[in-house]
Amino acid sequence: MADFLLAAAGFVLATVALGLVRVLWGPGEVDRIMAAQLLGTGGIAALLLWGEAMNLAAAVDVALTLALLAAFISVAFVKASTRSEADEA
Amino acid sequence: MTLALDALTILAVSSGAVFFLAGTVGLLRFPDALSRLHALTKADNLGLGLIVFGLLFQMKGPSAALKLVSVWLLALLAGATVAQLIAHAARPGEPRQ
Repeated sequence: MADFLLAAAGFVLATVALGLVRVLWGPGEVDRIMAAQLLGTGGIAALLLWGEAMNLAAAVDVALTLALLAAFISVAFVKASTRSEADEA
Repeated sequence: MTLALDALTILAVSSGAVFFLAGTVGLLRFPDALSRLHALTKADNLGLGLIVFGLLFQMKGPSAALKLVSVWLLALLAGATVAQLIAHAARPGEPRQ
């Protein structure tokens, strides 16, 4: 079972890493932040799979932190890209 | 019994991995930002959800399972919020500042 979970973690990580090509391509800032968002979610999934395969309970805590940080990235991005609009309101 | 649980895990985790693949392919292949966001949210919600669901069958106790579900719920809540915010930022016709 551990082998399967490890393979699944590697697969998920490889696919989201492939998605990072979108960071290079763009064209908009939004597209780039979406690739980062996908990496965040994929990282959470890979961490959970890896933690279960390795029998490491602490991996769930790391995944929880990553979930929190991944949310902050996008919120900070949107906040920064629409700042002047918000200031006017 | 263990065999059945393992089979359920393999089924759900594999489905989740397929959703991650689909999300990545969508992110790379879809023509505009909003449809790419659509692909991304599928990977976020269903991909992670199915993987967490699959891992639930391997949990030893209810507290570990509850924690795993809470990770997914946080990711779901954050993903839904972020998708709305990004869609607002990506809306065509609106001047981006």
